[in-house]
Amino acid sequence: MSSLLARFAENAFWMARQMERAENLARILDVNESFARDNHGEQDWLPIVQLHADDEAFFARHSEASADATVRFYIIDRQNPNSILQCVWAARENARSLRHLISVEVWSQLNVFYRFVADLRPRDLRLADLSHLCQEIKEGCQLHAGIVQGTLYRDQAAIFYQLGKMIDRADQTTRLLDIKYHRLLPDVTDVGSGIDVSQWNALLRSVAGYHGYRRNHPSGVTPETVAEFILLNPLFPRAVAYCVNEIRQNLTILARDPDLSGVSFEPEGLSDLEALMEQPIRRILSDGLHEYLDLVQINLRRLTDSVSRGFFGAEVQVQSQAQSQA
Amino acid sequence: MQRVTAINLFLRDVYGPGRIFKDGVIPEELVTGNENCRAAMAEVAVPHDSFVNICGVDLIRDGQGTFRVLEDNARTPSGVSYVIENRHLMLQTFPDLTEGIGIRPVSEYGNRLHAALAEMAPAEVLDPQVVLMSPGVFNSAYFEHVFLAREMGVPLVEGRDLIVDNGLVYMKTTAGPRRVDVIYRRIDDNFIDPLAFNPESMLGIPGVMEVYKAGRVTLANAVGTGVADDKAVYAYMPRIIKYYLDQDPIIPNVDTHICREADALQYTLDNLDKLVVKPVGESGGYGVVIGPRASAAELEETRILLKARPENYISQPMVDLSVCPTLIQDAVQPRHVDLRPFLITGKSTWVLPGGLTRVALKEGSLIVNSSQGGGTKDTWVLE
Repeated sequence: MSSLLARFAENAFWMARQMERAENLARILDVNESFARDNHGEQDWLPIVQLHADDEAFFARHSEASADATVRFYIIDRQNPNSILQCVWAARENARSLRHLISVEVWSQLNVFYRFVADLRPRDLRLADLSHLCQEIKEGCQLHAGIVQGTLYRDQAAIFYQLGKMIDRADQTTRLLDIKYHRLLPDVTDVGSGIDVSQWNALLRSVAGYHGYRRNHPSGVTPETVAEFILLNPLFPRAVAYCVNEIRQNLTILARDPDLSGVSFEPEGLSDLEALMEQPIRRILSDGLHEYLDLVQINLRRLTDSVSRGFFGAEVQVQSQAQSQA
Repeated sequence: MQRVTAINLFLRDVYGPGRIFKDGVIPEELVTGNENCRAAMAEVAVPHDSFVNICGVDLIRDGQGTFRVLEDNARTPSGVSYVIENRHLMLQTFPDLTEGIGIRPVSEYGNRLHAALAEMAPAEVLDPQVVLMSPGVFNSAYFEHVFLAREMGVPLVEGRDLIVDNGLVYMKTTAGPRRVDVIYRRIDDNFIDPLAFNPESMLGIPGVMEVYKAGRVTLANAVGTGVADDKAVYAYMPRIIKYYLDQDPIIPNVDTHICREADALQYTLDNLDKLVVKPVGESGGYGVVIGPRASAAELEETRILLKARPENYISQPMVDLSVCPTLIQDAVQPRHVDLRPFLITGKSTWVLPGGLTRVALKEGSLIVNSSQGGGTKDTWVLE
């Protein structure tokens, strides 16, 4: 493969991450909204804020994590670098720099999709319509992914795109699991006691994993098997283990690229991630799922930093705060 | 093609022996005192003596039906992407209209440009790395930079992607620094190297001029070509062509009276109410006095200025731009147009068989610039 400008590698990496993040944010908001519709009483949006470590920025402007405030903050708030709007904006800015390397179709769709998100007004975010809106956002992100898949020339830019996508997806999947698992199962000793099956189904559906899970576990739903499926299944494309495999494969392609033979690159955190994927689910749960997910996130961050140092040149440009996160 | 050849010979002479000054064809101070003249270019060798690799010449057809050159663009002429995109659109929209009449294709531009730029590489380089350098995404011509980088299949770089090290220019890639041989730069001389020119420039490559002067990287167009498309020099273009090529211009200028010459000054003063008087060395239409539309007081003021500093002025007759049928809302109406063909020069010159036809969409307007509401038209050259 021929060499790629370091800046473009970085643009491709972040374009993928930001679109992936937007999609997963839509999933997280969607699943939170649907969980809140049942008999658990008061709807709780605070965990979403906490999961993204946005407490400070959020409470500087909102007194409580109400549904309205949280949904606005994560969909259309321009001041929140982690909002869907800002993710799509940043992805589009990265695409703008990459325009001569991506197809016209990728650019056009991202442009139109950005306009769609940018034109959303508070009245479009009503809870009753939220699920439908999240669906539209997901589809916009998936259309982007599909056009990239179908048109992007498979040189280094495509590899860095895929790396960014998989790192972010793994990261977001851990967040999605984290947010729900404790709500559904505050204490691991509760296993078997009054599980609300519909809620576990909703979690699986939020990652589009329901059917895959059913094929593996036709007998039914247990917290343990759901967590195992979402974390450790190597065949489910949103599972962390699947993402880690993809990361390894793409890094192997880079390692074999003669153009990069002079680069000394050590993928920090990757072997730790692979070791984490080997842990049996029982041990993960008994040692503490939250701590485990934290470890996964920390190692994804280490990996990102090493990719950044290895390929993107010394001075890493930060295009939005979102980029410095995980 | 004649014009580009003469311009390149002229630039070589200006930044070399200066024969044309010694032979009294054009006043030396007019050229060397020009703000676009770059002293740093003195005696710099340019491959194939091709200073202007990409040239756009603005043509008009006057009231008598004669094609004339209105302006040379020898710095970083833009608009070629519209030529190719217009054709693309036309073929998609009206396939039946374009069939079987032998329209010569314009799609070759990217290949030709890349080939010419490769020819311009420093002599020792066998497989040159060409890049397109843009000021960045905020530039109004960024679309064209993207388009050309894609058409040529070369990286679209910015100043921050390039570094000078050990007498060579490198781009920062995932594999570390990679040598760059030819830079098609869409950025003005002034901004290209903060060490040599405008020290405030954040867009340039510090130190690139030293590498350039040593012949170890090529900039296209060459630095300092702006002196050849200047208004003052334009007036001398027929004489420049005659001097270097011993030919008359194939496409004449708009008649231009150089007021520093006594006859021309007298003629201008006698016909002030019929002529357009332009100060030289200004751009953007500043200080232009249109005789037929000026008041008596304005004409008197111009007369005084002309007498005081005749060397600062040229005068031209009112130019009548031809019109072209143009769809305005639901009706076809006449609108004024001009034409910018593009020429690419490496070892030799190639003319794109097409061109940018710019149209003034406002009724009666002669302003074709896209920045002021002008449009463009697909332009056919037949086999």
